[in-house]
Amino acid sequence: MSAAALTHPGVQLAAEGASEHRPLIIALFGVFVVATLFITVWAGRQTKSASDFYAGGRQFTAFQNGLAVSGDYMSAASFLGIAGAIALFGYDGFLYSIGFLVAWLVALLLVAEPLRNSGRYTMGDVLAYRMRQRPVRTAAGTSTIVVSIFYLLAQMAGAGVLVSLLLGITSDGGKIAIVALVGLLMIVYVTIGGMKGTTWVQMVKAVLLIAGTLLITFLILLKFNFNISDLLGTAASNSGKGTAFLEPGLKYGATGTSKLDFISLGIALVLGTAGLPHILIRFYTVPTAKAARKSVNWAIGIIGAFYLMTIVLGFGAAALLKPDDIIASNKAGNTAAPLAALEIGGGAGSTGGAILLAVISAVAFATILAVVAGLTLASSSSFAHDIYANVIRRGKATEKEEVRAARWATVAIGVVSIALGALARDMNVAGLVALAFAVAASANLPTILYSLFWKRFTTQGALWSIYGGLASSVLLVLFSPVVSSKPSSMFPGVDFAWFPLENPGLISIPLGFLLGWAGSLISKEEPDKGKYAELEVKSLTGTGAH
Amino acid sequence: MATDAPPPPASTGPVQPTTEAFVAVQESAEFGALRRSHRAFAFPLTVAFVLWYLLYVLMSSYAGDFMGTKVVGNINVALVFGLLQFVTTFLIAWLYSRHASTQLDPKAAAIKSRMEADV
Repeated sequence: MSAAALTHPGVQLAAEGASEHRPLIIALFGVFVVATLFITVWAGRQTKSASDFYAGGRQFTAFQNGLAVSGDYMSAASFLGIAGAIALFGYDGFLYSIGFLVAWLVALLLVAEPLRNSGRYTMGDVLAYRMRQRPVRTAAGTSTIVVSIFYLLAQMAGAGVLVSLLLGITSDGGKIAIVALVGLLMIVYVTIGGMKGTTWVQMVKAVLLIAGTLLITFLILLKFNFNISDLLGTAASNSGKGTAFLEPGLKYGATGTSKLDFISLGIALVLGTAGLPHILIRFYTVPTAKAARKSVNWAIGIIGAFYLMTIVLGFGAAALLKPDDIIASNKAGNTAAPLAALEIGGGAGSTGGAILLAVISAVAFATILAVVAGLTLASSSSFAHDIYANVIRRGKATEKEEVRAARWATVAIGVVSIALGALARDMNVAGLVALAFAVAASANLPTILYSLFWKRFTTQGALWSIYGGLASSVLLVLFSPVVSSKPSSMFPGVDFAWFPLENPGLISIPLGFLLGWAGSLISKEEPDKGKYAELEVKSLTGTGAH
Repeated sequence: MATDAPPPPASTGPVQPTTEAFVAVQESAEFGALRRSHRAFAFPLTVAFVLWYLLYVLMSSYAGDFMGTKVVGNINVALVFGLLQFVTTFLIAWLYSRHASTQLDPKAAAIKSRMEADV
């Protein structure tokens, strides 16, 4: 953040509220951290087998898992990012809410139950089931780790932003320290608590997030006498953009290219969820496919209700705050929700405002911690189970060795994400997460669907689809305005962006599907009919399911 | 076809029927009915909700004027269209779950219990 931005009223507003009541904010953060560490240690004592570490012993109920799935899914992107995008761009921010929700139907109708029935610990279990183990496990592990790190980056960016707003820490050193603290906590949660600890942290977080959002939504609606039309009208006029603020096009409608970008984003959002490894492994924590289905239903209900509230939150922020203040506090709008909480509680300097700001910030902090724990668990278990146990040790590792490898992988991934987190702090976290969705939809979803439903799918098809989808989506991002050429890019000073769209999904998702199909048709080997019979019968009936 | 590293047998895992048993079941009429019942419901519905969602995305991009039409007060077609996506999502989740528990679960359970008893 530049020195000029610091003198801006929006930042002062928050910094004043923060510095006066900093002890309160730190206390709330502390309570959450202590409570979750307690849960983690308790869960760690019950984590004995590999199934405990990877899948929480498969004994969670559908409701518990639905809550944890929601806690895993509603990330800083959903909370800070969507509210910020709506506050700045009005209606166009709403696309995120809709895409993120509709996407669950793909998981419900096609993926959750077959995955629960036929896999054990990781996404790779299902992808490699019919295939030659080592190459496909390697590919599945690679894409799991890449998707999770993209996603982690977004959460880390959110953490840095939030804490600098709250604690008035503006130095780069301070922000990096906070990112490091988040990284350290997630390493502790996952190495000690495993899936059991992570699940409980996610459940607690889901309850806090829903309660906090409900409170702010209620207060905003109260201020407008529950008249949504009034709220929207005030937001529109306050935004300085008039009715255009309530219509599509403010962010994405300017040119033909930006319209394509909107479509690309939309496709990535709706197809990404069912390919996110940290979401998929949650279905292993319940005893049956039917429980997996019910947990998705709970999640759809909880997440749907939450996204409806983000609309109020986003337009509420636009109605209550000056657009310049939102931008000054964070260029990408990530702090709009906490600022709106401060304002609705009575504004800067008021006790009510400070309390609400602290509560919402603690909720956001909890959100980030729970999601990074889930992501770290997904990537470290994939490393340990897919790459270490099945590729490096060729299936001869003991359970103990596998879990030990997972714990070390957690530490390594934690360190990598701390290092990367510092790079992305001025980007809209919803936009960053959308990239993770695009990679997941390009690299993972085609292989999952072909594996489950297409008998002619082969190892070569799986490899082409995973690596092709992965490489195309990551490279297109690298050469897009996200990384270079624009003031909002990661590296604004240079320009190597020859791909015009910020989201690669429009190209890379069809490519992933196409490569899986073409790779299978022209592969020399025949598909393994016996393995497909096993996978298909297991996936639909649950015969022999773990 | 040989796999170069078969998955390790689960030490305390569930009973596993043989590959031949799975092939036989896969080719049976009973399993065919279960597969058909799942696919005939889930596939068209998936196509439908993806198209319905894409229609929303495309209209937002290319039919801005229509989407901006006011319905009541400041609530316009775009907002209503977006909220309808929420409604259809809830509706489809409910429809599928009803289909699964009445049509799919009994068929699946029958096959599973017979296969596991035969091991």
